[in-house]
Amino acid sequence: MPDRTKNNNRVGLLVTCLVDLFRPNVGFAAVKLIEQAGFEVDVPSAQTCCGQPAYNSGDAKSAAAVARHVIRTFENYDYVVAPSGSCIGMIKEHYPRLFESDFDLKTKAEDLAQRTYELTTFLVQVCKLKVNTTFNATVTYHDSCAGLRELGVKNQPRMLLSQVEGLKLNEMEDSEVCCGFGGTFCVKYPDISERMVSEKTNNIKKAKADFILGGDLGCLLNIAGRIKRESGETQVFHVAEVLAGMVTIPAIGEKSE
Amino acid sequence: MNLENRSAARFKQQAASALKDNNLKTALAKAKDGFVLKRLHAVEDLDEFEAIRAEARKIKDHALSHLDFYLEEFERKVKENGGHVHWAQTPEQACALVMDIVGTEAKQVLKGKSMVSEEMGLNAALEAKGHTVVETDLGEYIIQLAHEPPSHIIAPAVHKTRDQISDLFHGEHPKYGLNERLTEVPDLVNEARQVLREKFLNSDVGITGANFLIAETGSTVIVTNEGNGDLSQILPKVHIVTASIEKVVPTLNDTATLLRLLGRSATGQEMSSYTTFSTGPKRANDHDGPEEFHVVLLDNGRSKVLGSEFQDILRCIKCGACLNHCPVYGAIGGHAYGWVYSGPMGSVLTPLIIGLENSYDLPNACSLNGRCAKVCPMSIPLPDLLRQHRFKAFQRGLTDSRTKLGLKAWAYLVTRPKLYSGLTSLAAKALALLGGSRGVLRKAPLASGWTSVRDLPVPQGQTFQQQWKKASE
Repeated sequence: MPDRTKNNNRVGLLVTCLVDLFRPNVGFAAVKLIEQAGFEVDVPSAQTCCGQPAYNSGDAKSAAAVARHVIRTFENYDYVVAPSGSCIGMIKEHYPRLFESDFDLKTKAEDLAQRTYELTTFLVQVCKLKVNTTFNATVTYHDSCAGLRELGVKNQPRMLLSQVEGLKLNEMEDSEVCCGFGGTFCVKYPDISERMVSEKTNNIKKAKADFILGGDLGCLLNIAGRIKRESGETQVFHVAEVLAGMVTIPAIGEKSE
Repeated sequence: MNLENRSAARFKQQAASALKDNNLKTALAKAKDGFVLKRLHAVEDLDEFEAIRAEARKIKDHALSHLDFYLEEFERKVKENGGHVHWAQTPEQACALVMDIVGTEAKQVLKGKSMVSEEMGLNAALEAKGHTVVETDLGEYIIQLAHEPPSHIIAPAVHKTRDQISDLFHGEHPKYGLNERLTEVPDLVNEARQVLREKFLNSDVGITGANFLIAETGSTVIVTNEGNGDLSQILPKVHIVTASIEKVVPTLNDTATLLRLLGRSATGQEMSSYTTFSTGPKRANDHDGPEEFHVVLLDNGRSKVLGSEFQDILRCIKCGACLNHCPVYGAIGGHAYGWVYSGPMGSVLTPLIIGLENSYDLPNACSLNGRCAKVCPMSIPLPDLLRQHRFKAFQRGLTDSRTKLGLKAWAYLVTRPKLYSGLTSLAAKALALLGGSRGVLRKAPLASGWTSVRDLPVPQGQTFQQQWKKASE
């Protein structure tokens, strides 16, 4: 892979549409962590969404149009990083498949896939980040499906969290089972999704943790929304917020003073 | 759930009613834990599991790409062994063939478990002609008592709690002299065994399915844990095997490879208690066995799947691992899917057999979490195949108009960054204002699917892009 910049250290942050709209703090946490490791971060303003809503609803044509847009937007970065397993899974696993009959775009999609990373994987594998923060709390961790099964994100967040001073990880039962988000699935089949997310919140409760962390905002919004509906106490943060020491704002779905 | 009118087209209503069924919830929770852990241990204990998995995939892919050859080989060997092979394109034809073989004289017909006979609606057809049908697999026997179809390909009565089974025996078995309500599993099993033993000895025809058909030897293979399959096919004079065409494998050795995956993936057993090979009718020197041996092969749309983007599903060996690991199946059980097969493999296969227009929800009611593909011993890319159905549905205009309209608007927006960021800024602000300091919304415009079951966490107020732009200035 040719270096795109002189120092080969320029990261394009794919904020993801959910972080952009709901939880900018996660984006800033990602920027802070990547910069801590000595990389230069840029956030191209032309970015919107990775295309999963169309792709998973059967609209391959619209998904391909969005993929072309993403490929163009992130053409000139050495690395592309997002605080999400599912958006990165979309780019790495599925973009190349969208262009089976277009050699040029397929090559570009494969090139993008090669330099694209899920945030915790990037921090561990490429940055070799030493985490430098304190969080005096007991947490549990939800393994989001696409990150876990498409990208093998499992130990990366745990390795990083183990370096956080004061943090204790209580693993919950079935941490690898889907929380019932599934993108448009959760609004198309709300009653099935409800059963899935309430099993998740039940396992969270049993883990006796003050916080539930994860690496995908979709799942976290779903889990936080359900905890609130059940009047639960466990607070929800994205793992990047904890790693960057940016837990000073209210947790996801939490009241502000 | 009304099982009489169930159909794949009524998935949503059926799922809703399944979710309200507390017995179902109890039964499924219990089953899930058992299946998942047992499989995990069995797979962990076999160092070469992944290697066998790769080999198994090759075997089935090879068999499928030469399916015509191996099927004809199988037929030739069956005939050589003194048996008969009958070909059916449709379930109706298969049914008619079986009815012909059964004839009018036979009174009682034994059944070993066969999902293909469910495709054929065979029990109802036999009963309509006055035959008594006795299911001999304990799970099948239980649901026959309950007048229900199977809800799982290997554990047909998995949706029933022990209490419900006690009630069924209590209600149905007084005619066999049962006066008390049995509640312990061994007692219930023994009760069924006593009643079934009598039936084994007095039946005219035995019908079983097949886990594999072996081209090399002309054998059919079934696996059971109760031995009911053996008795069903050895004791009656006539043995009929109902099987779908993709079950054929080239050799006995290949079968051994696949069997090493089947038990482990299905129930976490190294081998099922019984693995029965049937090769033709009773020979001159055999002590027992049927006088007639028939194999009815059903296509039911599978030959059209060959060579299509869905061919991988034909590698399925019906172990049920994808059902056992599917959180949607775990929530709603098998009946809600509305047709013979359920869970991830069913949601891929059913639309191919009965038509996507009659089963639109099946491939859609999935969070694409991918757990099924990870445990599939035949490495079938189930989520990709489900998505493939969604592509087809969209192309064929089956996608509902609300989704289509939403996608159109979304696609327009996300390829126009300036418009997109303007609108998301507005949305972030509006939702934050609506939420105030509460942190969540109980209801939100256009988001009833979300807020019907969970609160909506409100945005921080400004989008990331807005804040980033400000910070960079």
